[in-house]
Amino acid sequence: MSTSNESWGSRVGLILAMAGNAVGLGNFLRFPVQAVQNGGGTFIIPYLVSFLLMGIPLLWVEWAMGRFGGRFGDHSTPFILDNMTHKRFWKYFGVFGIFTNMGVMAYYTYIESWTLTYTLKSLKGDFLGVNLEQLDTYFNSYVDLGSGINFPVWALLAFLVTLTINIYILSRGLSAGIEKVAKIAMPLLIGFGAFLAIMSWTTGSTGRCADCSTFVGLNFLWEPDFTTLANPKIWLAAAGQIFFTLSVGMGTIHCYSSYLKQKDDIALNAMSAGWMNGFVEIVLGSAVVIPIAVGYLGLDWVVDNAGFMMAFKTMPFLFDQWGSVLAVIAGVSWFGLLFFAGITSSLAMGTPWMGFVQDEFGWSKNRSAILLGIAILAMGLPTIIFFEKGVFDEYDYWTGTVSLVIFALAEVILFAWVFGMDKGWKEITDGADMRVPRIYRPIIKYVTPTFIGIIFLTSLFKPLNGELSDWSTAFSSLTSGQGWPWANDSIINQIFHINTGVHWMADGELTNMFYVDMSRFFLLACFFGLVAMVKVASNRRKQKASL
Amino acid sequence: MTTSALIMIILTQGTVIGATIYFFRKVLKSPAKPESDSYSENDNVPR
Repeated sequence: MSTSNESWGSRVGLILAMAGNAVGLGNFLRFPVQAVQNGGGTFIIPYLVSFLLMGIPLLWVEWAMGRFGGRFGDHSTPFILDNMTHKRFWKYFGVFGIFTNMGVMAYYTYIESWTLTYTLKSLKGDFLGVNLEQLDTYFNSYVDLGSGINFPVWALLAFLVTLTINIYILSRGLSAGIEKVAKIAMPLLIGFGAFLAIMSWTTGSTGRCADCSTFVGLNFLWEPDFTTLANPKIWLAAAGQIFFTLSVGMGTIHCYSSYLKQKDDIALNAMSAGWMNGFVEIVLGSAVVIPIAVGYLGLDWVVDNAGFMMAFKTMPFLFDQWGSVLAVIAGVSWFGLLFFAGITSSLAMGTPWMGFVQDEFGWSKNRSAILLGIAILAMGLPTIIFFEKGVFDEYDYWTGTVSLVIFALAEVILFAWVFGMDKGWKEITDGADMRVPRIYRPIIKYVTPTFIGIIFLTSLFKPLNGELSDWSTAFSSLTSGQGWPWANDSIINQIFHINTGVHWMADGELTNMFYVDMSRFFLLACFFGLVAMVKVASNRRKQKASL
Repeated sequence: MTTSALIMIILTQGTVIGATIYFFRKVLKSPAKPESDSYSENDNVPR
C-alpha cells in the first residue's frame, strides 16, 4: 500500500502510453510474417475474431483490475490480485505480472539497442551501397556470432546506453518520464511508419525480376485462402499474435491503469489504445517489410527468408535501392520507429517493478529505477553472452510466451469467477464514456477463459506439426501404446526434453542444452526471488495492520 | 493485385482506420470529469 503521488498528466498521454506499451517490434516484424505463414489475407479473419473475443475482453479486464487495485493504493499485480479475493495464493500468481516484464525487458532492451545502433549508422550513411552479404556479415560481427560464447563489445555498450536511457526515464516517473516520451515517440513512430508505407504503396514494379513488385507483396499478404479457415493452427497463430501485440497477460496494463480514479473512464480508453495498436500493426506493419522485400527480391526469396532478422539483415539493402538521400531517410525512419516502438514497451515493462517496490518498501523513484537497472543488467547479460547457445530464445519462450498465457488465464478466471461478474462488470462500466455492449458479460465469463484455456492446453500438449490431423494421429499413437508424438515446442517437451533426452555434455564439451537449462534455473531463481519479496511485503502489511 | 486481395485490404484497413479514428475522436470529445480526476495537467493547484 502506498502513499504515491504519481499520476498521469492527461488522458491523451495515458492512451498514447498504453498504445506505446502495446506497439512493439512485433507489430512490424511478427505480424506480417505470421500472416504470410498462415493463410495470407484469411489470417486477418481469425485475427479480428480473436481481437473481439479475447483481446478486447482482456483489455477491459486488465484496465478494470488495475483501477480497482489503485483504489487501495496498489500499483503492481501481486497486491492488485490480493485485493480481489481472500485467498492468499493469488498474490503469488501476481508475481507473474512483475517477473514476465523483467524477463522480457532483459532481452528486449538488447534488441532495442540494436535498433538504436542501426538508427545512428543509417544516419551516418554507413549502409549506403551495401549488399545482403555485407549486411549479414556486419550483423553477425556486431553480435559476435560464430564464436560460441559471445562478447560483442559494441553491442554490449549499446545495451548499457539503452538500459541507462530506460532507467533514467523510469526514474522521472509517470507523467514527467513515460508519458512525455510516449507523447513524442508515438506521433513520430506513426509518421515514420506512414512515410515507409507510402513509399511501399507507390514503388510498384521495380523490374528486378518477373514478380518484383510491391503490389505482388501486398497481394501475397492480403490474398485470402478461405480453405485455411478450417485449420485450427491458423486460429492458434492468430490468437497468439493478439496476445503479443496487445501486451495482455503481462501486468503492465494493470500498473498503468492503477493510477486512475474510480470515476474515470477505462472502457473507452482501452478501446482507443487497443485500436491504435491495431492501426499500427494492420495498416502500417503490413505495408513495410514484406511488400518492399518482394518489390526488390521477389516472392520466392521472401517465402524462403521471411523472419525477424529481415529488419536488420535486409531492410537497409532495400532502402538503398531508393537512392542515397531516401535510403538515409528511410533507414532512420525504419530503425527510429523500431526504437520508439521498443522503448515505449520496455518502459512499460519497468513500471510494475517500480510500482511494487515503491508501494511495499517505500523506495524512492531513483533507488527503484537503479536497482531495476542492475537486475535487468544481471538478467540480460546471459542473453547477450550466450546468445548463440539459445539462451535468448529460451527467455523469449518462457517469459515472453508461456508466462503471458498462464497469467492471462489466471487473471480472467479470478476476475470473472472468483471476484464475480457482477462486481467485475460494474468495475468495467463505472465512469465509462461509451456504452459497453452487454454481450461482453457472457463473453468475459465463458468465451475468453475457454479461448485462452484452449491456447494453453494445445501449447502444453502440442503434437508433432500441430495440424488438426496430427492431433488424431497423436491420439491413435497414444491409444496404441506408442506414446504421444510431442512437438519440439510443446511446453511438456520443452520442460522434460522428451524428444532428445537430457544431454549436458557431448564430446567433452558443454552442450547448448546445458546453457539453456541453466538459464531456466536462473529464471526460476528470479521468479522465486520475487515471490520472497512479495512474502516479505505481505508480512510487513500484516505487522502494520496489527499495530 | 487480385480483386479478392483488394477487397480484403480495403475492408480490413478501412475498418481498422475507421475504428481508430472513431474511438480516439470520442476520447477527445468526451467532457472532462469534475475534479479531482486522475490527470494532473488540468489541476488548478499542482499536486
